Amino acid sequence: MESSRVPRAAPGRRRTRRSLVDAAGLRFVDGWMLFATLGLAVCSVTVLSVANQEGVAGAPDLFPQRQAIYVLVGIVAMAAIARFDYSRFRDLRTGLYTFLCASIIATFVFGFTSRGSTQSIDLPFFTFQPAELGKLLLVLSLAGFVIDGSKHGSEVGRTLRYLALGLIPTGMVLLQDLGTSLVYAAITLAILIAAGVRWTHLAAIGTAFVALVAVVLVVLPWAGAPLLKDYQQERLTSFVSPSSDPIGAGYQQNQAKVAAGSGGLTGRGDLATQSKLGFLPERHTDFVFAVVAERYGFAGAALVLALFALLFWRALRLMTLSKNLYGTLVAAGIACAILFQVFVSVGMNLGIMPITGIPLPLMSYGGSAVISTFIMVGVLQSIHIQAHAGQRGPWVR
Amino acid sequence: MTRYTHNFRRPGDTDAPARKPITRRAMIIAGLALLLFSILLLRLWSLQVVTGDEYVAEANDNRTLETRVRAPRGEVLDRDGEVMVGNRSRMAIQLDPTRVPDDPGERRQLFESLAPVVDRPADWIARRYRSEVRDNPPGTFATLVEDSDDETVFYLQENGNRFPQVHVSQEFVRRYPLDTTAAHLLGNVGEADAEDLETRDDLIAGDTLGRAGIEETYDSDLRGEAGTTRLQVDSLGRIKGRLASTSPEPGNSIRLTIDADLQIAGESALRSIGLPGAFVALDTRNGEILGLGSNPTVDPAIFTRPLSEAEAKRLWDEDQGAPMFNRSIAGAYPVGSVYKPITAVAALDAGLIRPDDVIQDNGKITISGQTFTNAGSEPHGPVDLERAMEVSSDVYFYLLGQKMNGTDQLQEWSSQFGIGEPTGIDLTGESSGLLPTPAWRNALYETGDTDRPWAVGDNVQLSIGQGDLQANPLQMAVAYAALGNGGTILKPNLVLQTEDVAGRVLREVEPEAARKIVLDPTHRDQIMDGLNKAAQAPDGTSYQVFGGFPVEVAGKTGTAERPPYGDQSWYVALAPYPDPTIAVAVTVEQGGFGADTAAPVALEILSSYFDETARPVSGGSGNVE
Repeated sequence: MESSRVPRAAPGRRRTRRSLVDAAGLRFVDGWMLFATLGLAVCSVTVLSVANQEGVAGAPDLFPQRQAIYVLVGIVAMAAIARFDYSRFRDLRTGLYTFLCASIIATFVFGFTSRGSTQSIDLPFFTFQPAELGKLLLVLSLAGFVIDGSKHGSEVGRTLRYLALGLIPTGMVLLQDLGTSLVYAAITLAILIAAGVRWTHLAAIGTAFVALVAVVLVVLPWAGAPLLKDYQQERLTSFVSPSSDPIGAGYQQNQAKVAAGSGGLTGRGDLATQSKLGFLPERHTDFVFAVVAERYGFAGAALVLALFALLFWRALRLMTLSKNLYGTLVAAGIACAILFQVFVSVGMNLGIMPITGIPLPLMSYGGSAVISTFIMVGVLQSIHIQAHAGQRGPWVR
Repeated sequence: MTRYTHNFRRPGDTDAPARKPITRRAMIIAGLALLLFSILLLRLWSLQVVTGDEYVAEANDNRTLETRVRAPRGEVLDRDGEVMVGNRSRMAIQLDPTRVPDDPGERRQLFESLAPVVDRPADWIARRYRSEVRDNPPGTFATLVEDSDDETVFYLQENGNRFPQVHVSQEFVRRYPLDTTAAHLLGNVGEADAEDLETRDDLIAGDTLGRAGIEETYDSDLRGEAGTTRLQVDSLGRIKGRLASTSPEPGNSIRLTIDADLQIAGESALRSIGLPGAFVALDTRNGEILGLGSNPTVDPAIFTRPLSEAEAKRLWDEDQGAPMFNRSIAGAYPVGSVYKPITAVAALDAGLIRPDDVIQDNGKITISGQTFTNAGSEPHGPVDLERAMEVSSDVYFYLLGQKMNGTDQLQEWSSQFGIGEPTGIDLTGESSGLLPTPAWRNALYETGDTDRPWAVGDNVQLSIGQGDLQANPLQMAVAYAALGNGGTILKPNLVLQTEDVAGRVLREVEPEAARKIVLDPTHRDQIMDGLNKAAQAPDGTSYQVFGGFPVEVAGKTGTAERPPYGDQSWYVALAPYPDPTIAVAVTVEQGGFGADTAAPVALEILSSYFDETARPVSGGSGNVE
């Protein structure tokens, strides 16, 4: 591709160019994926700068400014990861997995509580949410375990082992935050599917999941031993009929729906009262999509969805492109993690999914999520680069 | 960009499985993703493009808060401009629900720290807060104390930083500088109830309106126009901007015809007697009411706060004298001898007697087998019209009543004087009273509602204001005023003019076209002469009261039997004689002789009006009734 574009008459220039990209180790970067990623980050900073930030007195631009810094940090991290061969992570699976579990446990020990749940560790310069980076750690380690274990044991035993490995961190995160734990579960499931686990096994897992949901949401509270915290239960159930509780959990759902609905085809622009006047809660995090929808209408919201679709397609494409099965599994895990989060978050903003507090990848304000997502994309880019490097030969690390 | 075949196998692939199943699974995931993205896009389309307008409307509703800025009601002044009903600001202590902590413990702490400030237990505050928040529209403050004292308000203002949740709000309520004076005619203001809200479009919950008296009749003048402020608010109800406002228009003031001094004189005289009663003082030239009162009375200030059921009941409790009952216009009593001038006018007009005709009054008379007596059967000897008025000879009038039976002349003239009809005063609750006629009684008899048909005795009773006759002081004042002014039946009114806040006259109330009756001037003069003698000649029935009054008065006592109660005491006066400017009617329930209880009240009213006092007199014939 590169060679056909560069005129042969100027070999010197060509060499200079190549060496620059090569020096960065980014020659085979997926341009479309990069475009989608950076496009979403630009959208995020734009939306955060127009959403009303009454919550931060005296610093109305705090959120967009910080988000821009997170994006820059994320880009650097993404570039650094991309030039690194992701296959190395496979060897580090046990270490990654241990670190994942340890960091989640650490939030219990050192974490501080916000909005009813403990999710973050307060570092000197940054409030770090290990569960965000944990999504990637789970993908990288679980994919490694799957490949490692594919030679041992019966099929059922393997399925159960992968499942157990995925559900241990899922369960631990569940104790902190329901939404994030659902992402963990989705990642686990995606890797199982990509790994070729039998459909009958998947069906059994699905059935067990439905039964579990029924037990948690209906049977246990009825029996007087609820597993979910009250606010979690409320959020999950009020989605069924938000108007039944217009000032409680249903309030958020209703306000988000009104915000999104009022955007119309082209948006309300500066008249976007739902977000400007603060009727829309959590408008810089969980409900950022409703802000886009209100202010920029169907056109803007569809653009954001299109960017996500592009990002997802480029990620999923790596399943068949990657140089090894580990890359396939990692790509599937990351792609599905993004898909799941986008669907649940946007669905929640549009009133068709329960309120679970899942951030919209790259769009929602938050350093841990933004930087972690950039790192995930970096891993995807690494898969892409490695696949091309392996094929084309001249540049092999 | 190079595409790889699905089954491409690269060197060094240690884990390379067959790529076909992976492709299939990737396709399945892609299909699922396509489905999910389609769902989101469809939902987005339906929400934004299909039903978007609804949500725009909802979003717009969301952000505005329309508050009504109530206008202060106009003042009510007496004829000299003295304030009878004013306004005062009341300080209400309120809690801002958006700043009251949600945490039960913190909330409890707040209530406990407030308890000593508002001098109520914390439990009471908690209950009150809960019920206010439940009953009030969202975004409004919860009122803890409606009418706080200044000390508490100062304390809260000084310690505002300790209680950021507490608001002190100002509100206008009625103020009564003259306390209970004229309570009945002024009426009161109350909060609009469910029925008002249903029948009137211009009211919203929490609005006040005149409930009785002037406040009710002239509500539209006094009310003013509420302004509205449309505020842009955020989700916490914090005000973000003003959208459009109309300022409230304060209500107009009403200048009454009432003379506050005269009103006070009448009320205190009536109160000193200690019996239920009422008085009316009327300008005989134009129907302006100078005073109008009823005893017992109420303190109108109690209506500025919610009344308990027991309190409200007590106001109408007959055992307590039904303080809310305005006897001056709603009472219905037999009037006794004060009726005699009407009988005299009727008989003279019919030519049944001449003023000089003399009748022998032996103290009693038998008509159709029934004996009718003077008060105490006292014989007055030979009496002509003047003398019959002066000494209040019943026998003289019994004969006239007998002669006019079957001719309807007495009823005709009674009706002309306004008996049995409401006077049309600008107050609600006026009673018509009752003018007994043969037709009325016979109809009742036919339906079995009474024991006998009309008889001559009924007319005989009517001639001295007894029997079935019922009238109120206002009707008697209007009837006497017609006698005094030579035949004009006035429509009494209470309002001179309406004024704006700055005191500029907006509308002068012209006396409404009054009804004329044809009174023979000679007859009228002779009756007036008799009434003057009754009041001030030594043989007159009220000589002891008016004998020493420097202004010439024409007045008549009345003592009406009102079984099962004690005698109803009456006095109606016109002054100055012979060309009166004021008519005064007084009645006292169970007050005994007219000269004993009602006449002294009338004297106090006239003393105030003329600014004169009566010398004590002794002697006189001692004629009373």
